[in-house]
Amino acid sequence: MATVHPARLARVNDFVVKFANVNGSGSASANGLFARAILRMGVPVAARNIFPSNIQGLPTWYEVRIVEAGWRGRRGGVDFMVAMNPQTWDKDVAEIESGGYLFHDSTRPLPASRFREDIITLGMPLTAICNAQYADPRQRQLFKNIIYLGALSALFGIDVAEIERLLAEQYRGKEALLDSNRKALALGREHALASFDCPLGLRVERRDRVGSRIFVDGNSAAALGALYGGATVAAWYPITPSSSLAESFAKWCGKFRTDPATGRRRYAIVQAEDELASIGIVIGAAWNGARAFTATSGPGISLMQEFLGLAYFAEIPAVLFDVQRGSPSTGMPTRTQQADLLSCAYASHGDTRHVLLFPEDPRECFELGALAFDLADRLQTPVFVMLDLDIGMQDWLCEPFAWDDRKTMDRGKVMTAQELDAGRDFGRYLDVDGDGIPWRTYPGAHPSKGSYFTRGTTKDRYARYTEEGPAYVDNMQRLQRKFETARTLLPGPEITDASQPTTAGVIWFGSTGAAMAESLAELERRGIHLDRMRIRAFPFHDAVAEFIAAHEHVFVVEQNRDAQLKMLLVNECRIDPARLSSVLHYDGTPITERMITREIAEQARLFVPGLGFQRPGIRKVS
Amino acid sequence: MTYLAKPRLHHPELPKNALGHTRRDYEGAISTLCAGCGHDSISAAIIQAFFDLDIAPHRVAKLSGIGCSSKTPTYFLGNSHGFNSVHGRMPSVLTGTALANRDLIYLGVSGDGDSASIGLGQFAHVLRRGVNMVYIVENNGVYGLTKGQFSATADRGSRSKRGAANNDEPIDLVLLALALGATFVARGFSGDKAQLVPLIKAAVMHRGAAFIDVISPCVAFNNHPGSTKSYDYVREHNEAVNRLDFMPEREPIGVEYPEGDARDIVLHDGGTLRLRKLDAGYDPSDKVRAMSFLEAHRARGEVVTGLLYLRADSNDMHAALQTVDAPLNALSDADLVPGSVVLGGVNASLR
Repeated sequence: MATVHPARLARVNDFVVKFANVNGSGSASANGLFARAILRMGVPVAARNIFPSNIQGLPTWYEVRIVEAGWRGRRGGVDFMVAMNPQTWDKDVAEIESGGYLFHDSTRPLPASRFREDIITLGMPLTAICNAQYADPRQRQLFKNIIYLGALSALFGIDVAEIERLLAEQYRGKEALLDSNRKALALGREHALASFDCPLGLRVERRDRVGSRIFVDGNSAAALGALYGGATVAAWYPITPSSSLAESFAKWCGKFRTDPATGRRRYAIVQAEDELASIGIVIGAAWNGARAFTATSGPGISLMQEFLGLAYFAEIPAVLFDVQRGSPSTGMPTRTQQADLLSCAYASHGDTRHVLLFPEDPRECFELGALAFDLADRLQTPVFVMLDLDIGMQDWLCEPFAWDDRKTMDRGKVMTAQELDAGRDFGRYLDVDGDGIPWRTYPGAHPSKGSYFTRGTTKDRYARYTEEGPAYVDNMQRLQRKFETARTLLPGPEITDASQPTTAGVIWFGSTGAAMAESLAELERRGIHLDRMRIRAFPFHDAVAEFIAAHEHVFVVEQNRDAQLKMLLVNECRIDPARLSSVLHYDGTPITERMITREIAEQARLFVPGLGFQRPGIRKVS
Repeated sequence: MTYLAKPRLHHPELPKNALGHTRRDYEGAISTLCAGCGHDSISAAIIQAFFDLDIAPHRVAKLSGIGCSSKTPTYFLGNSHGFNSVHGRMPSVLTGTALANRDLIYLGVSGDGDSASIGLGQFAHVLRRGVNMVYIVENNGVYGLTKGQFSATADRGSRSKRGAANNDEPIDLVLLALALGATFVARGFSGDKAQLVPLIKAAVMHRGAAFIDVISPCVAFNNHPGSTKSYDYVREHNEAVNRLDFMPEREPIGVEYPEGDARDIVLHDGGTLRLRKLDAGYDPSDKVRAMSFLEAHRARGEVVTGLLYLRADSNDMHAALQTVDAPLNALSDADLVPGSVVLGGVNASLR
């Protein structure tokens, strides 16, 4: 056993705890309680599950960053390791910062060579305690997790009453379960208090820094957005990391869309046979006037390509939630990436372009998730909401969901029977007012007017089949016009100035924002000042090109190998690629503050001499 | 020439149905298929069936995939919305349309390439799901639009126009439909309109997934000696097990049949199917026996036609999904959006 080391870490409300567990051992519940108890003490956390493509047996980790400053990204590094998985012991022990802590099950002694001299080891005979306490092997396993939770509450000074309240909420009506959980919690806590010098230098102290914020994952937030967006039809095929989005939609609909008296449902969810059928169902439902969506990931997007071309060309609304994962091919199904930008932006054969939305956190998954349905109806085209595994499957601390009750669904240009009777000219692909968006009718709308034939083949303005070149070109140019209209309807970028005038800027989107905010603060501290722009949609708002033009050098931070956002910027905004340099992270883990800061600081020396010094005469974008 | 409007001249004495429509009101654009194509006869049968049933054309949505058969929805029900979708994917699009509005009638038209090859998966699942629809396969055993390649329903040993023999086992869509849980399964022949029209009418009135395989010879590529999908072959080998009359409830049953020869089946909406048995041993309510009957006749090279299976107490996808009676596409903000107060409760549960 290592002896007490003088260089032990000591920080209040600012450290990283990592739990190394075996998948399927029931640890997720205890680890979640740990994070939520700290939130209940008013201290923000950033928590992430790191899990394998497996149900039982493979290693899984849960990382909780206790961070009073409220940063939402991963910091990098681990200060306190709860090492519960012998399989990954050596790797886990190696990851601990010098002066950090190793908490482990000391029932079976390990040779000194498996420990480190520069960290503090806290051994607790968890298996022995459980074996003495419980006869049932399943209980021995499950309560081991609650026992270490009790120990951690003592070690970090976590208010055990908060954990007990959470347990009471979780086991409401199941008093026996609540009681045994409480006992296990106390057992661990008392053991730790008796064995260690509690609390440690790393500790949690009560604050009021959480406020009204909520702790939620992006998939359930996006599903709630779909519900508030008026979606009535969902078709999906199970694929990690998007499955929980469809399942959450079912859960929310069960609560809010079911007639309490009859049990009848104001929604329909179909688990389809594959992604082709999923998008086919969505297109059919939307063609017939329902709001419909699918949730999928990269491989699903690949399978939907042909249908997406039809939806683009025949102009049918569709909403797709793409929860991106490590790619290509099966790739890293349980790891995160932002690598589907190009395959979504230009999905399908021929000249196609699609609308993409980039939520940065679960709150925006809700907001943009609802908005996507208005946009799809207004633009009569597929709209992709681009989540990733980090946003979709992790619980994030974010601002509460908000809804304006005055808002109603924008169904776009739908011609009614009354308008048809009043003699309005109906041409399904006729651009009446120059925005490129034609009118449509719903099937069954009128006995003799407004019916049309929808097809993937070329047609004229009145939806009649034609193979004439000029009619084809006319239609394609209108679609291009419609895409220009989309640019004006989508959420614009969020632009913020550096604290001092600067010639350099930085661009990012989506989940990268979590680490970005912290990195920008750190870079400012080091004297590197960057104007910043978070992109929220494609096609890009005019302000995007203006931002780039107003800076001598712009960093583009994204989580893929090929710099896909940069490619889109260069291609769509006609930017000289030399003005942009990439910060790319794509190993499947969420990008960290440390990585971004290091990369930008290094590149800044190469590309932007004098960065950080004030220069007069630089045009600023507000 | 689908872009050429069909002349709208009506003969003043054309018979009208209960809606005051003539048969012409159920027609579409002029067919661009080959003269003599079996598919055009099926279009005519569809027109006749909807006219006879007094269904307003705009209450029908017609969907198809890709191929000669899938072009035909342009040629009937010109006042219906139509959707010529993606090759082999009509079933999913139709599923979505049916989810959005349960009040319309959904007619899916497909071919043997569209349903038995590229679309076999979607064919299977739309039947499993019990989508309330009529699914017609215009089955000619050949790819017409790409000039005569064998399809997956071509019989083993049958010969192409150029003389090549087909080496692969055929897919029998009727047997598959039975195995997959379709609750109405029939086979017709484009050359026998008297049999086909009542089958289509009964399928329209059936609640749930109704499948009709219609053997429809391709005059350009599969109507020669050696083909088992030619007019001559099918006429010679057609084994019709029954004849059908569909009678809406309001019409008195005028024809008397000898006892034991006819059987009435009351459908969910009160309409009646009168089934005249041609093969005394065939019982369309017995799926297991139907399947072995079909297999035995197939082995002898016979084409069994008629109403092959019917489950009269069937249900559909909407019943399984417990959706409300109102069409989902007609629900309003008040029906769908819970509002800010509810959202406040959601927020509170996430702290």
